Amino acid sequence: MKKRGLLNGIKAAGLVAFAAFFLSGCSSDQLIVLDPKGPVGRTELHLIYLSVLLCAIVVIPVLAILVYILVRYRDKPGNKALYQPKWDDSKVLEVIWWGIPIVIIGILGVYTVKGVHTLTKPPVKNVNPITIQVTSLDWKWLFEYPDQGVATVNYVEIPAGVPVQFELTADGPMNSFWVPQLGGQEYTMPGMAMRLWLQADQPGTYFGSGANFTGEGFAHMRFNVIAKPQSEFNQWVKHVKDTAPAMTNDDYAKLKKQGLSHVKSYSSYPEARFRKVIDKNGGQYMNMDQNKNDMSNMDMKH
Amino acid sequence: MLDNLKDFASHFFVTGDPLIYGADVAIGLTMAAIIFVLFYFKKWGWLWREWLTTVDHKKIGIMYIIASLLMLFRGGVDALLMRAQLALPNIHFLQSEHYNEIFTTHGTIMILFMAMPLMFGLFNIAVPLQIGARDVAYPFLNALSFWMFFFGAMLFNLSFVIGGSPAAGWLAYPPLSELTTSPGVGENFYIWGIQLSGVGSLASGINFTVTILKMRTKGMKLMDMPLFSWSVLASCLTILLAFPVLTVTLALLFIDRFAGAHFFTMLHGGNPMMYVNLIWMWGHPEVYIVVLPAFGIYSEVVSTFSKKKIFGYKSMVFSLMIISVLGYFTWVHHFFTMGASANVNAFFAITTMAIAIPTGVKIFNWLFTMFRGRIRITQPMLWTLAFIPTFLVGGATGVMLAVAPADYQYHNSYFLIAHFHQTLIGGVVFGYLAGLYYWWPKMFGFKLNVKLGLWAFWLWNIGFYVCFMPQYALGFMGMTRRVYTYGWDMGWAPLNLISSIGAVFMGIGFIFQVWQILYSIKYGERDTTGDPWDGHTLEWSIPSPAPEYNFAVLPEVKGRDDFWRRKEEGLDNKIKEKDLKPIHMPKNSGIPFIMSAFWFVAGFGFTFGWTWMIVIGLAGVAGCMLARSFSKNNDYYIPVEQIRKTESKYGRLV
Repeated sequence: MKKRGLLNGIKAAGLVAFAAFFLSGCSSDQLIVLDPKGPVGRTELHLIYLSVLLCAIVVIPVLAILVYILVRYRDKPGNKALYQPKWDDSKVLEVIWWGIPIVIIGILGVYTVKGVHTLTKPPVKNVNPITIQVTSLDWKWLFEYPDQGVATVNYVEIPAGVPVQFELTADGPMNSFWVPQLGGQEYTMPGMAMRLWLQADQPGTYFGSGANFTGEGFAHMRFNVIAKPQSEFNQWVKHVKDTAPAMTNDDYAKLKKQGLSHVKSYSSYPEARFRKVIDKNGGQYMNMDQNKNDMSNMDMKH
Repeated sequence: MLDNLKDFASHFFVTGDPLIYGADVAIGLTMAAIIFVLFYFKKWGWLWREWLTTVDHKKIGIMYIIASLLMLFRGGVDALLMRAQLALPNIHFLQSEHYNEIFTTHGTIMILFMAMPLMFGLFNIAVPLQIGARDVAYPFLNALSFWMFFFGAMLFNLSFVIGGSPAAGWLAYPPLSELTTSPGVGENFYIWGIQLSGVGSLASGINFTVTILKMRTKGMKLMDMPLFSWSVLASCLTILLAFPVLTVTLALLFIDRFAGAHFFTMLHGGNPMMYVNLIWMWGHPEVYIVVLPAFGIYSEVVSTFSKKKIFGYKSMVFSLMIISVLGYFTWVHHFFTMGASANVNAFFAITTMAIAIPTGVKIFNWLFTMFRGRIRITQPMLWTLAFIPTFLVGGATGVMLAVAPADYQYHNSYFLIAHFHQTLIGGVVFGYLAGLYYWWPKMFGFKLNVKLGLWAFWLWNIGFYVCFMPQYALGFMGMTRRVYTYGWDMGWAPLNLISSIGAVFMGIGFIFQVWQILYSIKYGERDTTGDPWDGHTLEWSIPSPAPEYNFAVLPEVKGRDDFWRRKEEGLDNKIKEKDLKPIHMPKNSGIPFIMSAFWFVAGFGFTFGWTWMIVIGLAGVAGCMLARSFSKNNDYYIPVEQIRKTESKYGRLV
């Protein structure tokens, strides 16, 4: 195989890759992870950019060095480049390439630690957050508003500009609750209540989905997150209270059965249903610190 | 009676899908054809004596490789079926449940029944030859390892036509994999298929650790070992600690399913998170188990085809070992979003990123091995060169994923899918292919055709980028893994279509490789010297294919790259007749095959809960163990006369 063939091949492969990546109709407004609409998503995006940049510092020069070495040191007649078969050690070079990645990982590590801690707190401090309890079922999403008393299935409305604390559990296999434009995901697990802070800056409809496989209907576990100004959100709550039916224990039992569901609204739901479902699935064995955002103080009592 | 039988058959055999009926017919015809050929050419005796009972590491290596290539075909067909289903929105080619089975079997097969055996195949082919040994430390155990893997893989594959395949993902997270949500036998097949082959893997890990530590030839210090052997040691040490975890985890899951325990259900005090932790305590080291030997192969190939000593040998050894240690401190990064505290996530984020440091160092060392060398672009070298950019990008996206807060966005998305395929194909598969092309002449005595190889290479590589680059973007577009369908409204269609086209390219690349092998058997360039690549290490100092005893006289080495030194000093490869002595070798044995077959029977019984079958299987296993423990006549000597004949045939006798 001739050198030209190889280089052309590399070029061709590169071009195809770039073409695939950029020219295929994925306009930037579809790359929703890169288009966050809230502070949590933005924090995550900044870390994404930082990590890309830091990796590029290594990847791009190394690719350039690779191409240079391949061209210069090919085994062909008349190649006058230096040939040193026994040269196999250089302390200086080794220090450099142990050192550079260590520095880069160090920088990235500092920002990672900061980021991890930032995301366990409400995104803004001066507004009172609201809580929404999320239960992933086979194969639908149930949302309950403990302060408003209403419940919805497969869609969720939130006030814009207000931090939302999602409390997550599963009544069935574990899933993962993900609204890419508002921020990252968190698992829903039977018998546990996990917490995830999200916030939308402005009104809009955001795509959400289950991210962890739960069986046959998993692909259909999508929902919209509809952010509205506080006043409109209040109206919506009132509207649901006035017009939607109440959710009974029977209704819940039906929801829990395997199958898909349309969007639904309920003006009320059985008292402490969320807590009861957690306990029923084994939550009585867990004693999670209600003030903590994670399970670090989890106590298993048995 | 007839109705009962019909009812049983409709549950026992997988029915209702034309794809599977097609496969049934294909399997039946293939089996019939194999049996016919064996009868027609009267090859049963040959098959039994030469292959099924062999304890020769080279033959076992070849069987591993054949089995893994078959599994690569099966896993690849699974991949193509998935990409066909996802090529456009709302396709009704596969039903959800069928799709779920396919991605579950694709993942399991590719990691456990393709990558692992291909790796063990290369261990078997190269390690004893590289360290100047006549066999592995425990040849009988080596055969048992292979047959346990083989029957485990067969048991797992059987689920495709009998009983139904597992559908809970390749790591079978509970509660989804528990009896309530996965009531069929699929998960039992999964558990027992992996258990059997896992025992084989663990035994291989022990075998090669001991082989490398105890059986190096005279004068070969650890720091004189070729880097491939070092990488095998690193990989095997990791196996020793990781595979017992897998065995226990799956055993607990089976007890949950079989005996109604609650290890992994929250009810009655179990916890599915425990399973997720345990399975990744095996699962994460597992990716290093498969990639470390690939790093070893790259080191051999780069050094040989740059006509240069490997740059920074000590650094390379140190980075191999540090990766195998660090590999144990990263498992939580598979579930940053499962509610661990910020400090736990931060710890595992940093340990994960830290892996990039020794890995990056290796890439620099490979580059500087080529620097001031003379680079020959051969087939093994091509795959190695293709690996570098692929793994650089895959490694970079790995660092991106390690940033825990950013991972909240990538987790379970197609970004992740693209990342791990990039490292596993670009790192592991490319590496093993490089190794396969590199050691092929040593295994079979001929080189593989270059022209067909180039077609395969470019189809694989272009296909690879076309397939997986769009998936990074799909991740950013919110596409999650394991969805079997999606709508036009998501905007995912163009990229998915491109990705599917790339997958087809890789499939065609594989066909070219099969063609290449078949063509080269007949027309491939014969290797008469035993040293077709101008190699540096001991395996090239003996004839191709290696005689059953490997080295007529065990070599004595003086440092690294000893064979290269000998060639430079103008020493020849001849054996002196007076040095020949009878060689002590292990005898073939049918017990590994028979015992593994009984394990298969027991595994099948466990899968279906048929006590009579379990009893037969386990009794057979016990009988085989007894038979082995009472068998005394297990070794023999190859007489000098026979060695003399073999060596003079190659013209090596003075």
